[in-house]
Amino acid sequence: MTELVEPRAMGRALVRRDGVQKVRGTATYAVDTPVDLPAYCHPVQATIARGRVTAMDTTDAEAVDGVLAVLTPFDAERLASTEDAEYAVLQSDEVAFRGQLIGVVIAETSEVAREAADRVRVSYAGQPHDTELSADRDDLYAPGQVNAGHETDTAEGDVAAAMAAAAVTVEQTYETAMYHNNPLEPHATTALWDAAGDGFLTLWDSTQGVHPDRAAVCQVFGLAEGQVQVICPYVGGGFGSKGTPHANVMLTAMAARALPGRAVRLALTRQQMFFLAGYRTPTIQQVQLAADRDGRLSAIAIDVVEQTSKIKEFAEQTGVPARMMYASPSRRTTHRLAALDVPVPSWMRAPGECPGMFGPEVAMDELAEALAIDPIELRIRNEPEVDPETGKPWSSRHLVECLREGAERFGWAGRGPRGHRDGDWLVGTGVAASVYPTLRQATSTATIRFAGGRYVVEIGAADLGTGSWTILPQIAADALGVDVADVDARIGDTRHPVASVAGGSSGTNTWGSAIVQAAREFRGTFGTDPHDGAEASGDVDQAAQDEDHAAYAFGAQFVEARVHADTGEVRVPRLLGVFAVGRVINPRTARSQFIGGMTMGLSMALHENSVFDTRIGQVANHDLAEYHVVSNADVDAVEAYWLDEHDPYVNAMGSKGIGEIGIVGTAAAVSNAVHHATGVRVRSLPITLDKLLPALP
Amino acid sequence: MDAEISLRVDGEAHRLTVDTRTTLLDALRERLGNTSPKKGCDHGQCGACTVLLDGERALTCLALAVAYDGAEVVTADGLAADGELHPVQQAFLDRDAFQCGYCTPGQVCSAVGVLDEVRRGWPSHASPDLTGDPELSHDEVAERMSGNICRCAAYVNIVPAVQQAGGQAS
Repeated sequence: MTELVEPRAMGRALVRRDGVQKVRGTATYAVDTPVDLPAYCHPVQATIARGRVTAMDTTDAEAVDGVLAVLTPFDAERLASTEDAEYAVLQSDEVAFRGQLIGVVIAETSEVAREAADRVRVSYAGQPHDTELSADRDDLYAPGQVNAGHETDTAEGDVAAAMAAAAVTVEQTYETAMYHNNPLEPHATTALWDAAGDGFLTLWDSTQGVHPDRAAVCQVFGLAEGQVQVICPYVGGGFGSKGTPHANVMLTAMAARALPGRAVRLALTRQQMFFLAGYRTPTIQQVQLAADRDGRLSAIAIDVVEQTSKIKEFAEQTGVPARMMYASPSRRTTHRLAALDVPVPSWMRAPGECPGMFGPEVAMDELAEALAIDPIELRIRNEPEVDPETGKPWSSRHLVECLREGAERFGWAGRGPRGHRDGDWLVGTGVAASVYPTLRQATSTATIRFAGGRYVVEIGAADLGTGSWTILPQIAADALGVDVADVDARIGDTRHPVASVAGGSSGTNTWGSAIVQAAREFRGTFGTDPHDGAEASGDVDQAAQDEDHAAYAFGAQFVEARVHADTGEVRVPRLLGVFAVGRVINPRTARSQFIGGMTMGLSMALHENSVFDTRIGQVANHDLAEYHVVSNADVDAVEAYWLDEHDPYVNAMGSKGIGEIGIVGTAAAVSNAVHHATGVRVRSLPITLDKLLPALP
Repeated sequence: MDAEISLRVDGEAHRLTVDTRTTLLDALRERLGNTSPKKGCDHGQCGACTVLLDGERALTCLALAVAYDGAEVVTADGLAADGELHPVQQAFLDRDAFQCGYCTPGQVCSAVGVLDEVRRGWPSHASPDLTGDPELSHDEVAERMSGNICRCAAYVNIVPAVQQAGGQAS
């Protein structure tokens, strides 16, 4: 058990502290920061998917008036470390994927930089490339582990025997598409080396973690941490793609070193982001379920095939949620990768759980249909008493309550096996479960100082729109026992104490734990009447860490879908989610995270799809006109609710993380609703009308 | 090739020299240092660069600065030039109609434009009657605001914010 902080400011729907700057546009994102006489970069990208650059003629580029420098693999500085091949920019003539960085122009203006980049003439020795993911490839391999350190494969019992013996089985293949995070703020950096060029580097970078960002830059350039400052008070969205730096950050720092004393800016174009800023791998999920006539599962299996780049392995943990979601004596999960000549995949909101709750949650709906059992009831019957993977008791698990409250709010009662017709529209409803692990990172420190009658909390945390600017003072105020109006937060700068990445829905859990620890140190040392300048620090690793429970957030998502009987157009007039996430620190910002995640899940269900052209080895629809993310008119009602859940095991706030669970399960619920409306089971995302039309009644 | 132009931005007059390839967005951000309008796509696909250009909402990434000599530009920052938030900005705050804030200045300018277009009786694709006065229904606002992408997906808060600012709080 953890000593929980008494909530007074926590739980209040306070308005965002950075709100005024954001509605005026004065919040300074990475290339908004005023600097003297910035220079502008434009990258040169490979136009083949595999091979070598044999020559780069920069004569014409350098001749453009206003060009300051052109860097290529043949003359760029040698980096201290090329261990991470994604970051080894301009270090070799090899091309590992189309769009890879092979040069950069630095110029007085952005227009000149762009023109000159176009004038760099590149010669290649191309080789045949291999970019096609398929479950039938004979070179699929098992990675050593999958993302977040999970085991690649797990097995217990005998799935094959259970499948053979079961009264009812489901055995289907499900597919999720390739997705690009597409935060509205492109990946962008302003870099400034001090005039000596080998001393101090300042980076205004759009990142989900200034300290992890700095660590990567230090390694690549062989610098001590004291030689680099990363500043990022505001992040224009990240959704995982700014959780680790990408090659553009290293290229900007390299470009700036060519012009010491001068700030250099590089903002990727939207098109460039589809090559360089990470993405979610497409997944192919072979799912097996076996059950008795009452719907009790005897086997769950998921065999996942997905892709990685050849130069850097990233294995999305898609099979992981199937390890713990439902009770079953037999279970198998596997992950196999195809290493391709493609850009480097990376984190995207709820890696693992987001794609990995699509196949299994549609399969559960198929099983419910085969058994003629209500899909909510089927899930309730398979509720595990303890974590099936570890055997540990749950810190809290209220999935059943989420399903029941959601059913009540949504109006689920009386739902039949098929939807109904309303004029030209086929109408149906669907449900799916959500889950996300409650994570806490190992490293974070907070400092609290009393100055001028106010408490100042410093921690290098990030606010990607998640609300950190607002909620960290709420946590600090309660931990200190003071009014939240008397607390200031300072975040987003490596000059503040070290903080972990804003990822894995772990930010509040981790930074909040450090802040509570600092507050306890502060009160323990200085009491309730501190002197001006009193200061204390606390680390997350001092906070109680429960090892005896399995900690997850849960949720239930309900969807109404309307499918036009003649055109196959899909509309979702209503999305409703109920979540059990421990204590909600700020209902206003939390609700925005839930509805934002759910709406992104709707986008995944109906629209998003990076169409990979394997002939040339690139995403064909690499901009926001062709890669459709939901717009305002695509969204109707989205409602998010949460249980009043108390979890005494997770941390001193009782919070379980909220940034990612909203996207988990949504797409499955949409697919299940579309099936209820039409009788057509779409197992491959997105659910587009071409998949519906041929089968519509 | 360079050209000299005049712009009035958030109430202040400027003379500036621009490359004839310079967009109005880059003129504002990179020449005048006004970074309130944001660059999300540079192709007119996201709406983050929206300002009020001679009184109407416009995508500055699709406008060449040289073609707007003498124009009056109001950015989201300029909407609060006297330090007091515009009713649209206040409504966005009240309704938490944003998260990361990057699309927000464009959303705000677009919403100001929308409310003016509705006042003037301009119909939209969602208008049930092309000749009557449009009302600020959900569908009407959502349709008119669809040129502004919010990847944080605050749409269900943006619509009531625009309705609130338009005096039809839902």
